[in-house]
Amino acid sequence: MFDYFLQQLIFALAIGAIYGLIALGYTMVYGVMRLINFAHGEFFMLGPYIYTFLFSGLLGLGGLAPVLDSAIAIVASFVIVGLLGVAIERFAYRPLRAYGRLAPMLSALGMSIVLQSAVRVTVGPQPVHFPAIVESTPIDALGGMVTTVQLGILAAAVLLMVGLALFVNGTRLGIWIRAASESWTTSSLLGIRVNRAVSLVFFIGPGLGAMAGIMYASYYGIMQPTMGSVIGLKAFTAAILGGIGSIPGAMLGGFLLGAIEVFGTAFLPILSFGYIGTEYRDVFAFAVLILVLLFKPAGLLGETVSEETTVAKKDY
Amino acid sequence: MGNSVIVRRLGLLAVLALCVVLLALVPYLPSYYVRVADSILIYIILAVGLNLVVGYAGLLDLGFIAFYAVGAYAYALLASGQFDIHLPFIVVLFIGAAAGAIAGVLLGFPVLKLRGDYLAIVTLSFGEIIRIAINNADELTNGPQGIAGLDRASLFGLPLTSPVHFYWLLLVLTVIVCAGVYYMERSILGKAWRALREDQDVVRGLGINTTTLKLLAFALSAAIGGAGGVIFGAFQRFVSPESFTFQESLLVVLIIIIGGVGNIVGVIAGAVVLVILPEILHFAAQYRLLIYGVVLVTVIVLRPGGLVSPRFNLGFIIRKVRTLWLSPSKT
Repeated sequence: MFDYFLQQLIFALAIGAIYGLIALGYTMVYGVMRLINFAHGEFFMLGPYIYTFLFSGLLGLGGLAPVLDSAIAIVASFVIVGLLGVAIERFAYRPLRAYGRLAPMLSALGMSIVLQSAVRVTVGPQPVHFPAIVESTPIDALGGMVTTVQLGILAAAVLLMVGLALFVNGTRLGIWIRAASESWTTSSLLGIRVNRAVSLVFFIGPGLGAMAGIMYASYYGIMQPTMGSVIGLKAFTAAILGGIGSIPGAMLGGFLLGAIEVFGTAFLPILSFGYIGTEYRDVFAFAVLILVLLFKPAGLLGETVSEETTVAKKDY
Repeated sequence: MGNSVIVRRLGLLAVLALCVVLLALVPYLPSYYVRVADSILIYIILAVGLNLVVGYAGLLDLGFIAFYAVGAYAYALLASGQFDIHLPFIVVLFIGAAAGAIAGVLLGFPVLKLRGDYLAIVTLSFGEIIRIAINNADELTNGPQGIAGLDRASLFGLPLTSPVHFYWLLLVLTVIVCAGVYYMERSILGKAWRALREDQDVVRGLGINTTTLKLLAFALSAAIGGAGGVIFGAFQRFVSPESFTFQESLLVVLIIIIGGVGNIVGVIAGAVVLVILPEILHFAAQYRLLIYGVVLVTVIVLRPGGLVSPRFNLGFIIRKVRTLWLSPSKT
């Protein structure tokens, strides 16, 4: 039982780390713009495609060790997807700022359709093999089986999260981002270039999403144009669970959602004598979300300042 | 009475006559076009229903399609060989609307104290839960295969089998729903909803129970969604969970935004544009969705307030007609 538990725990941590990375993109964008960025799942999907394209290109050129090719391709896909995020914000969201919150959200939806179908048109709708970055070898850890890929995902995700936390808490640019999410008007009055902070957020968020996509694809070994839709929805759930707008909340929400899903799927059929099966996996995530929001309407780590400052009086 | 008044009256008459003639000509078009028209009308009904919640009360509901699913499955279970129950269409129509309203209240009751995006995400989750539940409750709903061979519907002895029959039924229902919602919009209830949209705290300060108000909007819109679902079930004579995805919920929201929030004329325009656009784009084959997305973003960026100006609403048209007819000197 224990080794089974350990195995599930590692799996939960790996998938939770991926959710957390995507959730960070949602939560940061929401923090500065109060926008549900429905196109975010597509950045997750673009990551592995761009990586594969670059990696095979570099490999074809030769001259470098494959490890180095892979490293360059990873960094480059972060940058490319990040720049794409900046461009999308500039052309599809910024013109809509004065028009409430529904218009930008729907524009994001449109961008999601554009990105997904653009990839489908270029490479076809079928799932494609994803080249392994790390050879998947099982390791025997305390009786449970853990693969190197799982550990690699966990390590890389934690590294990115720590890096982000240091960046946001310790650098001038990070302070810009935090100030802009605190209050748009005040920070612009204090001389912070809010638009730059927004661009920065739209660089980091999609970049992290792309990294999560590469991790996800290397875990399952395949990628397809629709992979961003459901995962994006779940990661958004994770962001809400942790308290949207809160960076530590997104990380916590991601890990929590991973745990709920994995342990729910693994143990509920046993606990309910087979009555509730694994097919209800996605229901757990959403049901827990509803329950959490009922008792803690701002999410787990959401700021519980007075109601009026956290939520606009006008809903939509 | 001046010459110009006569000209204007004639112009107005011509426009109205053109609308009526166009609507009356639809059944004579090839079956494909009638189906598209049916689809437009169903989406108009859904969007007008959702508009009560999004446009008037200002609550973003991203799981609206769940109520549509409740209605469709009500017909599928109560008028098919699934359990060998064969209730008449009109009865199921009311049951579906009632079931939708009950589902709306059940969802609304716990969650309506949430605001803004939290409400949006909870309704989204609710929509997904309903879909996944339908997908997995094999004994009840046949799961992903869906339920086929639903009864042929009939209304007061008239058979409802071809797209043309449904066209007339839907047209009548669309008019009823639009008129009902228009009446409600102008009633004290509609005013309360609009106040709710602008500032909840003031409404509460005035001693109005905001939760009841929201619940009412939710229940009414869910009832319209449920009724729409019953018609969808009777029309397709086949239901499966695939028809009720998150994307469908988003499409209905899109219709409202593209047309113009809180405006029935806008909703009609939005439904026409968003249903016809993919049909026109059939020629583009695999590039269809890509072009669709690009057009969508372009329209939103160029006209963020919606295609139809909020001034050009049903009330404006009715006023225009009335003043031109009764007291032309005032126009």
